[in-house]
Amino acid sequence: MRFRDEYRDPEAARSLSEAIARLTTRPWTLMEVCGGQTHSIVRYGIDELLPGQVTLVHGPGCPVCVTPVDYVDKAIAIAGRPDTILCSFGDMLRVPGSNGDLFAAKARGADIRIVYSPLDALVVARANPGKEIVFYAVGFETTAPANAMAVYQAKREGLANFSMLASHVLVPPAMRAILSLPRNRVQGFLAAGHVCTIMGFDEYVPMAAEYSVPIVVTGFEPIDILEGVYMCVRQLEEGRAEVENQYSRSVRREGNVPAQAIMREVYRVVKRRWRGIGEIAESGLGISPAFRDYDAETRFGAVVPHEEAESECISGLVLCGEKKPTACPAFGTRCTPEHPLGVTMVSSEGACAAYYRYRGAPAAPSNPATGKMDRVPAEQGAV
Amino acid sequence: MCLAVPGKVLSISGDDPVMRVARVDFGGIVKEINLAYTPEAAVGAYVLVHVGFAITVIDEAEAGRVFAHLREIADIEEELGARAEAAP
Repeated sequence: MRFRDEYRDPEAARSLSEAIARLTTRPWTLMEVCGGQTHSIVRYGIDELLPGQVTLVHGPGCPVCVTPVDYVDKAIAIAGRPDTILCSFGDMLRVPGSNGDLFAAKARGADIRIVYSPLDALVVARANPGKEIVFYAVGFETTAPANAMAVYQAKREGLANFSMLASHVLVPPAMRAILSLPRNRVQGFLAAGHVCTIMGFDEYVPMAAEYSVPIVVTGFEPIDILEGVYMCVRQLEEGRAEVENQYSRSVRREGNVPAQAIMREVYRVVKRRWRGIGEIAESGLGISPAFRDYDAETRFGAVVPHEEAESECISGLVLCGEKKPTACPAFGTRCTPEHPLGVTMVSSEGACAAYYRYRGAPAAPSNPATGKMDRVPAEQGAV
Repeated sequence: MCLAVPGKVLSISGDDPVMRVARVDFGGIVKEINLAYTPEAAVGAYVLVHVGFAITVIDEAEAGRVFAHLREIADIEEELGARAEAAP
C-alpha cells in the first residue's frame, strides 16, 4: 500500500539505525506517547535496532487502557436498561469494570453492538426509533472529532433517541503529568502523530521550553519512528529542547481546523480520571451545554467516581513509562490476554498486549539447577 | 485506537459539507469515508482515514522528505569520512 510500505523498508531502517548509533554519545531515555507507536516498536523490534544507550519507554497513549472503571460501570448499567442499545468500538468490550465487562453484559442478554465508525451508531438509531441508542465514546484527540460528528449530526437530524457517553482524554496534560513526576526519567518525547494531525503542535512549544524536553511529532511506521528517534537524540546531543515535526506528510502546524471547530462546539474541557494514573486536571472532553440533550449522563444520570480495587497489576507504572511490561511479576503467567489483570493487557494497543503478542510470555526456567531462563526479555529488571 | 490507514480517493459525492462522502481505495478494499474534516480532498488524492473519517490529506511532497533526509545524512557522513581520511 502506498504511503505505508515504503516506510517499512529494511535498508532505510538500517541506515537510520546506524546514523542514530553514530550520533549517540550518552544514555538517553525517550518516550513514545502513542500505543500505536508502541506496537510498531515491539512488532518490528525497533528498540533492538537502537544503540544500547538509547532507551524507549512506553507512554500512556492508549485511550482504552486509561478509561476509568466508573465509565465502564456506567456503560454496563445503561446497556442493562430495557429498550436500549449500547454501541461501542470493539476494543472496549473486554475492559473490566468493577464487576465484569461489556462482553459479560452482552452474554447476559444486553443489546451491545460493535461499531466501526461513530456514524454507524446513528444508523442504528435511525433504524430503531422505539429504542434508546447510546454510543459509548472513548478516544484521544484523534477520535474525538469523529465522535463529535455523531452528536452534531444527531442534533441536526433531531434524532431524539441518540445520546453519547463521552469518555475522551487529552494527551498533552498527561505528558505534563509524566514530566512532573518526581521519578520521571523521560528526556525526550516522540509525540503522537495522529493526535497532532488533529490538534497541530503549537501547544507543545511551551511544554518543551518549560521542561527542557525535545518533542518530536512522530508517525507510526518503522522509518517514521527511527527518524523521530534520530531527530530527538540529535536535539539532546546538541542541547536543544524544541518541537520538531517528523510526520509532516500528515501533520500541519495548525492541525485540522474544521475538526477543531466541531470539537469546540460539541465538547468542553473537563477533569478526568485516568485508570492507573489518577485524576488529571483539564485532561478530558465532556459534552458542552449546547449539546447536553445528547449527553447520556444527562439522560441516564452522571457517572459516579469510585476507587479502583487493589491489584498486583502495575499498569499505572507501565503507562507512565516507569516500568516495562516484562518487569511485572504477573506478566505472561497470571496475566495474559485471555486472563488479563489490567487494561494494558486487554487492549490491542496496550503495551503489555504488544509484548505478549510479539515477544511471548517469559519462558520457564530451562535448567532447574541454575534457574537460567531460555529467553530473558531484554528489559526485564532494567527498571 | 489511533490507527489511521492511507487510501486513495476514487470518487466524491454529496453537497452537504458535513456529510460529504468519498469512495476510498485501501489497496483493493473500497469503503465509503466521510470528508467533513478534509474539505480540500480531491479525487486522486491520498487521505489518512480513522474510524470512517478522513483526518488529513497526505502531503505527497512531504512524504518523500524522510528519504531525502536519509540521503542527506549519508552524504554528510561520506563527506566527513572523506575529510577524516584526507586529514594528516
